[in-house]
Amino acid sequence: MKNINQKDYKNYVDGIVPKPTYLKNCIWAFIIGGLICTFGQFITELVMNYGLNKKEAATATPIILIFLGAFFTGLGLYDRLGKFAGAGSIVPITGFANSIVSPAMEFKREGYVLGVAAKMFSIAGPVLVYGFGSSVIVGIIYYFID
Amino acid sequence: MDYIKAFLVGGIICVIGQLLMDGTKMTPAHVLVTFVTSGVILTAIGIYEPIANFGGAGATVPLPGFGYALGKGVIEAVNKDGILGIFTGGIQATAGGVAAAVFFGYLMSVIFNPKTKK
Repeated sequence: MKNINQKDYKNYVDGIVPKPTYLKNCIWAFIIGGLICTFGQFITELVMNYGLNKKEAATATPIILIFLGAFFTGLGLYDRLGKFAGAGSIVPITGFANSIVSPAMEFKREGYVLGVAAKMFSIAGPVLVYGFGSSVIVGIIYYFID
Repeated sequence: MDYIKAFLVGGIICVIGQLLMDGTKMTPAHVLVTFVTSGVILTAIGIYEPIANFGGAGATVPLPGFGYALGKGVIEAVNKDGILGIFTGGIQATAGGVAAAVFFGYLMSVIFNPKTKK
């Protein structure tokens, strides 16, 4: 091992470092992400059957999905799904709810203000900052172009 | 047919997220921020609207769909209310989801305790 040259060393390291399982991760992300969206489509059509118009359904669907995402995170089931679903469970709006409940539960012992309420936004906060921020910028540009 | 479209579009958006996480070592937080911002920008330049019309929930349920709601809301509000719409449009369009996230997020965090890692 002492007189190993760089090339051999690289081969040695490559042999030990686990191969990234790109394909497997992508297939799981596709299937779980796709299924969550299909379920979202089902919810949309369900609430429209109850008489909501398209715009109201576009508000009701995220509310229901966020409730379910938060609830299943509380039960500990959503994180189990996330172990193999990866981005398939993170990117849908249910993952946004998960990103709120997960750290908030974890930091409960630090209290209900600086623990739960503050840690809720450790990931959701940046999402809202960049989301709202970019929407205002788009609004400014649109206002002056139009 | 709507379900198949939602599955395909939603699945593809999640695969892009997975590739960003595996390929560039972005954290989930960075992926979510990138996706929301891209959703707003793609909506502003008119690319996301046709994706949303085609994919339905497949385009609106993933985080770029949140950006789509923000972008669409702000443009509609600027058309309707002028300069005030710049500040009210995005948040008005997403108020339901954000309030639900805050309320249910807090409620569930208080009710449930983290499960011990197995």
